[in-house]
Amino acid sequence: MSTAAQQSRPSSPASGQQTPPVGPVAAAILATGIGCFALGVLTVLARASQTLAAALTWFAPTGPLSGVTSLAILFWLLAWVGLAGLWRRRDVPIGRTTAVALVLLAVGFLLTFPPFAAWLPGK
Amino acid sequence: MQISLRGLATSIHGMLFGAFFLLTIFGVLVELCRQFGETRPAEQSARARLLESLYLTATAALGWAAVLSGAYIVFPWYRAVPPAGAINLEPWPQALLRSSRLTAGWHTFGMEWKEHVAWFAPMAMTTVAWIFIRYRTQVRTVPHLRTALLLFTLAAFGSAAAAGLFGAMINKHAPVAGIRTAINIMESTR
Repeated sequence: MSTAAQQSRPSSPASGQQTPPVGPVAAAILATGIGCFALGVLTVLARASQTLAAALTWFAPTGPLSGVTSLAILFWLLAWVGLAGLWRRRDVPIGRTTAVALVLLAVGFLLTFPPFAAWLPGK
Repeated sequence: MQISLRGLATSIHGMLFGAFFLLTIFGVLVELCRQFGETRPAEQSARARLLESLYLTATAALGWAAVLSGAYIVFPWYRAVPPAGAINLEPWPQALLRSSRLTAGWHTFGMEWKEHVAWFAPMAMTTVAWIFIRYRTQVRTVPHLRTALLLFTLAAFGSAAAAGLFGAMINKHAPVAGIRTAINIMESTR
């Protein structure tokens, strides 16, 4: 009996051999969702708190945007490397991973949207 | 025919990096949609694989060039604070937009959203490019994976388009031109 993960791991049409596990692909997809979500959360935090905005000002001429985006990229890359290491030899269901990543991306997208930020407590 | 240094840098950021990024993302969308129509995966020559890899790498690179040049070159000029008592706010676009309730929304909504949402696009396209290049066979044979890439490419296109649209509109209302250090492009004959 084959699992959903195994179904997403086809044979190479040319050689008939099994292709490598798709765990690293799932890791890249989920890490992107995590990075986008982190960007959204950090954007809200920097907007809500002057102290945090000052702490995230890593390059003064750019302001808090420098820290917000640099940290989001850092989270994205760390999540990518971490998950890729974890799922290196595994077949992870691509459909389910994509769904989770897209939810994270959508929430991140929403959190950057200024009218949404205005409804948050403390604004 | 003159342009200020800041105007030139803003054009390179928006019209070279940003616009070409959007165009190349659209190309990836077309390629992914084309693959959905294939009855069996097409054979690719080594040259085709190389060109595809170069195209995808260039797409991601353009995205990073657009956001980095925007955040670290153009945005500091945009958000620079005018000296106290300044009457002509033209060299300080953010202050100029905020000085009128008719234009303040371009900053409080447009720039506030654009400066953040733009970053989704290079992250998503880097992932798409990496998967496309490293897992070429699976992209052509696993429909779930192709759908995932299509959705991420659409998300990248949407965020880059939103950022580009607001960038263009904001620059129309308050151009990043600075205190003019003009570059002569062409002398008038009249």
